[in-house]
Formats: sequence, structure tokens, C-alpha cells
Amino acid sequence: MLLINCPHCGPREESEFSCGGEAHIARPLAENTLTDAAFADYLFLRDNPKGLFLERWRHAAGCRRWFNMARDTVTHEIIEIYPMGSLPKTKAGKVAHAASWRRETAAEAAAKPAKAKAPRAKKENG
Amino acid sequence: MASEQPDRGLRGLPGGKSRYSGFALARNAMNYHQDWQRAWRDAAPKSEYDAVIIGGGGHGLATAYYLAAVHGLTNIAVVEKGWLGGGNTGRNTTIIRSNYLWDESAAIYEHALKLWEGMSQDLNFNVMFSQRGVLTIAHSEHELREMSRRVHAIRLNGIDSEILGPDEIKSFVPIINIDQSIRYPVMGGFLQKRGGTARHDAVAWGYARAADDLGVDIIQNCEVTGLRRTGRRIVGIETTRGFIKTRKVGCVTAGHSSVMAAMADIRLPLASRPLQALVSEPIKPVLDTVIMSNAVHMYISQSDKGEMVLGAGVDKYNSYAQRGSFPVPEHMIAAAVELFPVLSRLRMLRHWGGIVDTCPDASPIISKTDVDGLYFNCGWGTGGFKATPGSGHVFADLIANDRPNKIAAPYSLDRFQTGLLIDEHGAAGVAH
Repeated sequence: MLLINCPHCGPREESEFSCGGEAHIARPLAENTLTDAAFADYLFLRDNPKGLFLERWRHAAGCRRWFNMARDTVTHEIIEIYPMGSLPKTKAGKVAHAASWRRETAAEAAAKPAKAKAPRAKKENG
Repeated sequence: MASEQPDRGLRGLPGGKSRYSGFALARNAMNYHQDWQRAWRDAAPKSEYDAVIIGGGGHGLATAYYLAAVHGLTNIAVVEKGWLGGGNTGRNTTIIRSNYLWDESAAIYEHALKLWEGMSQDLNFNVMFSQRGVLTIAHSEHELREMSRRVHAIRLNGIDSEILGPDEIKSFVPIINIDQSIRYPVMGGFLQKRGGTARHDAVAWGYARAADDLGVDIIQNCEVTGLRRTGRRIVGIETTRGFIKTRKVGCVTAGHSSVMAAMADIRLPLASRPLQALVSEPIKPVLDTVIMSNAVHMYISQSDKGEMVLGAGVDKYNSYAQRGSFPVPEHMIAAAVELFPVLSRLRMLRHWGGIVDTCPDASPIISKTDVDGLYFNCGWGTGGFKATPGSGHVFADLIANDRPNKIAAPYSLDRFQTGLLIDEHGAAGVAH
């Protein structure tokens, strides 16, 4: 049973929330030119780590707002809760974000606007 | 399709292990049961095998058994990080049925059901397979209509299935409450009489004993830590008990499939979730069938020991912790008590969780991978137990021949690229 600290409402029981699965999956903009395999990475393939997992949650029976959470899937410990559209700030969260295979996918590369060529662009969708 | 019988291969312990029978029981009683043969050897890993199965649950052991019994591959091993059947094989609610909507699902689950029907004889091990029927209840007009569509589709595939009205349900299951004023009223249901239950531990032990009889090494307490590759070819596995050379690896690790896949840089569309179940204290026989309700995520049967066995739906978040959250069983118990008021004063005896590998289309993955010689059998989600023999049978065929047979072919990993999904979410219901 999780006690989740909603960034807007404070600590509430898990039963008030719904889980939206893996966070930081950006929709590819160039979806028409993407291969089926690359699009499957976005649509179906999911990170499923044993350890720290970055996921989306929604306070469904409260403020109904989405937020991101870094949670350990073995201990269920919640390391960090951070707003949608931003990246984790804790060291463990940053490592988990950078280590995900999704960072290397064509789908994710295609999710960034063409002009954003700068290395490690800070802006992310979701 | 329905008339085809699976190839059962060598049956009844041809390797010479002493057989279980009433006579053997009487003979061993003379020696105070001191001389029973070991059911399987405590094998130490050899340096090389023709094939290695990772995961010593029901599906993995069945795969090894059919590799030996049907395909004649006996220089093989099953490696298991804990003990046999200690994962989801020992944590499910033991329900067996084959009443699925889609043709692909009907083919594989009916294949399994036919193997269940002869399993105790094939393995010379009483798996206590009991065809007590599985009755799925509808709680709304819409659900009942959807159900009758399913029943017709299932019957077209040659699988037994019939619709029952509330009064027929009441006479079939006298303890059920069919009052129309309750929160989830019984509007009707459909029954598969050939469905039922089996003793899950016995399935693991029976397959292990029969596989061992054919020469398969069963290696427990041996965790796989790496999959060694040369280019795009598997050459062996790294384990906590040393390196094992092999050119064929079948991975059947359920909730840990994503972890295994990551060792070979393979991505799977799986989410590992807790699935909870519980048993009550034992009572006298009151329920001689299996009742399922998809709308309230509840399924219930009574074990031979008298415990009421109840299972719930999956928890909402990913986890590897083999435990879930309380609201899930609470919701399920509330529905169970309303449907079966006789349960209201029972105490809970045990409650547990297992980690199931759920797939986006609620159908399994039985597939080759980009790595030559590496095969995956996973994604069974909440409904793997019923498929145990069929899953092992077709996976053994895939490993032996390096190409899927017609039952396994639709379950290939590339369906997530082609879009040929086998969407059993609505059809099978959430509760398997």
C-alpha cells in the first residue's frame, strides 16, 4: 500500500490515484516516416525495470492532475515526485532516465523538433 | 482444429523410474515409507547442454519434458534460481478452461486442455485434474449479450460452452445469491463443463519427475546472471554456479522476462504487475465448481482441503515485490460476500501475491528473437496456469525445430510491429 504525496493535495492513499505507466515516452512527430519497428518502440514496448522506475500517476479521486514519480519496483520506495514536463532531479532518478534504452530509439529522436540539435536538449514532452 | 490430438510423445516414465500406483503405496507401507525413490535427481550443472530452459516453473518444466518426450532432446537442463514451482506456479488459483473468443487463443488453450485431460497418466503423477466446470457470470444486460456472442464463437471452434440463466445457475450453485437487487446481480452466465482445477504444485513436480526420468537435469538454486552471445548467436549462459555452454536457450521466467531480455538487449512489451490471491479457513464442501466474474474481478473455487480459494485482478502499478495493495483483495472480497453471503464470517488463512508479466493485448509471446538460439515464452499475464502443458508443448516444438508451429505462430513477438494483435482483453475478461 503506497502513501503518495500529491504535489497539489499532500499525502493521500494509493487508492485515490491511478497509474499511467512509464513516463517520458515522447510521441514521435515524424510518425509517417518512422519504420513499423521504431513506431512499435513508442506504441507497445515498455521499460519494465527491476529497481528504480520513472512512471506517471494521476490523482484520479482528488485534483485529477498528472505528475511523475520515481519509484523502486522492488521496495516500492518513492524516491521523488516531480512535475509533468520535467526530468527527475535526484541523482538516482537522473541515472534511471539516462540509462533507459528508450533514450537511444529512433522514435524518441523523432519526437524532438528538427531544430533542437543542441546536445542534451532540456525540453522533453511528458 | 478441435479434433486434432496433440502428440504426447513417450508416456508413463519410459526411463525406468519406479512408478506410483496403489500397489507401490501398499508395498512401501511395509517399509514405513522409507524407500521411496527420489522424484528427481539433485543435478549439478554440466559444462555443456544441447538446450537450456531458464525457469523451473510449470511452463519451463513442461517445455523440458516435451523436448525430451516428443523431440528426443535429452541432453538438456532446466535452471531455476529458487525452488521448483516457487513462483507463479505455486501462487495461482489453479483454474483451467479454454473458452476464449479468438481462434488463435482457442487453438492454444484447447491444445492445453487436451493435454490436461491425459496429464496424470502421461506423467504417472496425480495432478488432481478435476473437470468441475468453470462458470463465468454476467452482471448486466450488455455483458450477457456479449457473452452469448462469445459462446457462439467458442462453439464454432468445437469447444464446449453453454449459456445458463439465473435459475439454472442457482440450481447449479445453490449458495449463490441471485437476488436482482444486489450491486452486481446475476443476469446469467456461461459454463465450460470441461474446465476445472488441478493441483498446481503437482503439475510442477509431475513434469519435473517425468523429465528427470528421461534424463533432463533439473538444477535448482542456480540463478542466471548473463546471456553470453557471439555476434547475434547465443553461446551459453552465465549462472551463479558457473558458465554453461549451450546453443539453444528457452527463457520462461514470467514476471522476470524483461530482466532476462535486457541481458540480451531485447525489449519486450511487458509490464510486471502483482496479482493477488487468498484462501479462507477450510470449511465443509459448499462449492463444487469454479465461479468467475469479470465485472468485479473475482474468481472463486473450493480446494479439496476445504479452503475457499479467491483471486483478484492485477494491481495498477509495476512491481517485482510479490505483494500487492489491500484495496484490490478488499474489492474482490466485497463482491464475493455479496454473491455468496455464506462466506461473510469466514476468516482469511493466507494471502499472497505473484508477479505476472502482462502484455498489451493480454495474449502471450511465444517467439524467436533477434538473437539466434534464444527463445522467449512469456506474457501469459494473469492466465498462464491453464496453458501450462500447451505452452510447454508448442514452445518445445519451437526450440527443437527453430520455427513456430501453426499454434505458436500467431504469438510471435513481431505482432507488435505488424499490428496482428490477439486482443483478449474484452474477450477473456480481466480475470483469467
